[in-house]
Amino acid sequence: MAAISINNITKMYGGESPVKALQNINFEVNHGELFGLIGPDGAGKTSLFRILATLLLPDKGSASIENLDVVNHYREIRNILSYMPGKFSLYQDLTIKENLEFFAGLFGTTLDANYEFIKDIYVQIEPFKNRRAGQLSGGMKQKLALCCSLIHKPSILLLDEPTTGVDPVSRKEFWEMLRTLRNQNITTLVSTPYMDEANMCDRIALIQNGQIMSINTPSGILDQFPYRLFAIKSNNNYHLLQKLKDNSEIRSCYIFGEYLHITFQDNRPIEIHGTEMMEIKPGIEDCFIELMDNGSNNN
Amino acid sequence: MRQFFNFVKKEVYHITRDKRTLFILLAMPIIQLLLFGYAITSDIKDVRFSVLDESGSTASRQLVEKFAGNKYFIHYSDLHSYDDIEREFHKGKTKLVIVIPSDFANELQHTGTARVQLLADASDASEASIVAGYGQLIISDFQQDLSKNETIPYRIHIEQKMLYNPQLISSYNFVPGIIGLVLMLICAIMTSISIVREKEEGTMEVLLVSPIKPVYIVLAKAVPYLAIAFVNILSILFISHFLMDVPIVGNIFLILFLGILFIISALSLGLLISSIVDTQRVAMIISAVGLLVPTLLLSGLIYPIENMPWLLRAISNIIPAKWFISAVKDVMLKGMGFEAIAFECGILILMAVVLLTISIKQFKNRL
Amino acid sequence: MEAIIIKDLTKKFGSFTAVDHISFEVGQGEIFGFLGANGAGKTTAMRMLCGLLEPTSGQGTVAGYDIYKQRDLVKQNIGYMSQKFSLYEDLTIKENMRLFGGIYGMSDKEIKMKGEQVIQDLSLQNEQNALVESLPLGIKQKVSFAVSTFHTPKIVFLDEPTGGVDPIARRIFWEMIYEAADRGITAFVTTHYMDEAEYCNRISIMVDGKIEALDTPSNLRKQFGADNLEEVFYTLARKAKRGDD
Repeated sequence: MAAISINNITKMYGGESPVKALQNINFEVNHGELFGLIGPDGAGKTSLFRILATLLLPDKGSASIENLDVVNHYREIRNILSYMPGKFSLYQDLTIKENLEFFAGLFGTTLDANYEFIKDIYVQIEPFKNRRAGQLSGGMKQKLALCCSLIHKPSILLLDEPTTGVDPVSRKEFWEMLRTLRNQNITTLVSTPYMDEANMCDRIALIQNGQIMSINTPSGILDQFPYRLFAIKSNNNYHLLQKLKDNSEIRSCYIFGEYLHITFQDNRPIEIHGTEMMEIKPGIEDCFIELMDNGSNNN
Repeated sequence: MRQFFNFVKKEVYHITRDKRTLFILLAMPIIQLLLFGYAITSDIKDVRFSVLDESGSTASRQLVEKFAGNKYFIHYSDLHSYDDIEREFHKGKTKLVIVIPSDFANELQHTGTARVQLLADASDASEASIVAGYGQLIISDFQQDLSKNETIPYRIHIEQKMLYNPQLISSYNFVPGIIGLVLMLICAIMTSISIVREKEEGTMEVLLVSPIKPVYIVLAKAVPYLAIAFVNILSILFISHFLMDVPIVGNIFLILFLGILFIISALSLGLLISSIVDTQRVAMIISAVGLLVPTLLLSGLIYPIENMPWLLRAISNIIPAKWFISAVKDVMLKGMGFEAIAFECGILILMAVVLLTISIKQFKNRL
Repeated sequence: MEAIIIKDLTKKFGSFTAVDHISFEVGQGEIFGFLGANGAGKTTAMRMLCGLLEPTSGQGTVAGYDIYKQRDLVKQNIGYMSQKFSLYEDLTIKENMRLFGGIYGMSDKEIKMKGEQVIQDLSLQNEQNALVESLPLGIKQKVSFAVSTFHTPKIVFLDEPTGGVDPIARRIFWEMIYEAADRGITAFVTTHYMDEAEYCNRISIMVDGKIEALDTPSNLRKQFGADNLEEVFYTLARKAKRGDD
């Protein structure tokens, strides 16, 4: 049985002209899996997290966590779940130790009792345990937040955009910590707007406008990219882009850093003057764009 | 229960870490006490007075001129009947009415002893007593003028009457008033802000998702402020009694009991506010406009309730501070026992129970 | 003429050297990425370039004006946009334009003409009188950028401009930056996100107050033998001794 299962969840916002924040969301997360929910701001990630965290009621559909329904059995769920909201900032005026002890006490346990469980992460910040959270660096705050989330040995961890606003070094360390959590048999659902983080997950769901566009392993998603993809570059990419946009042989053309990524009509590459072109493997961002384009064509 | 104390401990950290706010919370009552006690009793000048001269004699006119000639007084109006007195006071311009009875000149001439009545508007009790005191001085001055050429001194009996606040207790009134104000401020505003802060900073979501019962969150927030508020009652009573010589006639424990009842209803108000607003700014505005201003204006702290129009009088009934202040006055200044304030206690308990029930019900389990 | 020239720029706060002798030049119409971990001194350096903070030592000109003596002229000739704040949410697009145009001393006529031009370019005819808060993030960002370049500054400072937007909106946004650069506006981009850095012509990476690397993204990858900028950044930033606060 799945650790998290979501069936046809729909959530609307607003009174007179309601906006669909989530439309018929379906997926399952397996035990011990590191599952990524990847999509831009406003895609509906936070709404879905709040429904799973028993904080919000869905308009339609159902969801369960460890076979407990999120609406009817919210009390039991709150004992085994840990939820870190996007803007979660700990108590800035409490020290590391006080924060941890408070969150442990909230779940009727203590820091000492569960020390072993969080040890791997906690040792990195333990030297500063008497420093107030407000004076910690972004990376340390994040580690503390993760410790606070794990202090009651949850079996499910919901992390809503934990890496937003954190520098690349801390981000990398954070993802490595999440990967080690899999050994402790914790199921982790994590959301992020950053496509490059997808590769750290076991499986990912790409979400946009309240709809899941695709669910697969990161490599599975890449394999599904339906076209041959080329990177192309000239001494003025901006002018090149303007030119290619008007070219009917070109199916799609987007800037990707120093290059433009293009696909051709009927997968037939053509020669383009004054450029350097090579065939490349798509990335998650290419797939995301492709799925978005497809969605808008179908609608 | 351990969860609860764990939570209380956290709240105590929050409060003690913020030294500046803590200092304000503890020092504010003392500052207010001094402000109300000393600063607000300002000098008087240009006191308007009215005259009801039933005697219409030379002597009575001389007396009125004596008043009018004084630099502190201004002859404002002449009245013609006793009914005018009430009307004139209600217009609020005149502070003192001098009533000279019809037999004034006659008595003075024949018996050497006459009566004059001074009526003061005691809704501002301290001002009224100063005005009346000046009035007495002027009359005794007048008496001496008359007596200068006579062998037997004239004597004018002054009958002084304080209208609207006969016992003139408001010179001490501000003490119960300040207790009420301070408790309302600390309990209602601080608790509502402290809960709303958790909403703003996103920690509330984490608390809600934890197994802790909402009622614990709410009560744990209230406990430390209850303690601070209690310290404030003690410091106010101590300073006002030992430094400002305010009498504490009644039972001190009864006063503290009233204090706790009032704290609970004020805390409940704070919790209610926090359950309906989402930002500290809004909580602050609602507390200030919705609680502080009514407490200041409608509780009898500044303006006597008896003088208010019926609508405001009716509204004042739903202000917890009104009941608290009136009960504390009865106990502290008049030495009355529990029987005398049972009704006020009943109302405060009722208010606390209703407000607390609503705010715990309102406190949502979800977002 | 170079848009930014700084030499040995240093800022000390007491005994702490936030920015330590940094030197670089940014050309007109260049898209320059300014990277660094939290606390590396990025924000301090940027404040000096914007004329908000006086340097302790070193020289510099921004948009041709001296960053010591002509700070008001520097401010007049730069634009600023960040992910966090750029537009007043409770004003409409037009009102925001009028406000910022006014701040930079544009005439009413100029504001009106330029405003209509922007509305047309971004095809926002239907949204021009809508409150900013009601707009989707992608449109908000486009408008933010248009407003920050409304007074045709010589340089526009962009602070994590595309964080959190969907990949297509992000590309449309970068097209706008490229287009502005094509018109000669220099873009100075600070960001945490390496995929954002890839769009820059050249990038610099700051560690502990010093610039440790400065080149084109592809040269940096070659120089460090890395597959992507993330690795380059990681290699450099890991050496940082200073905590990021």
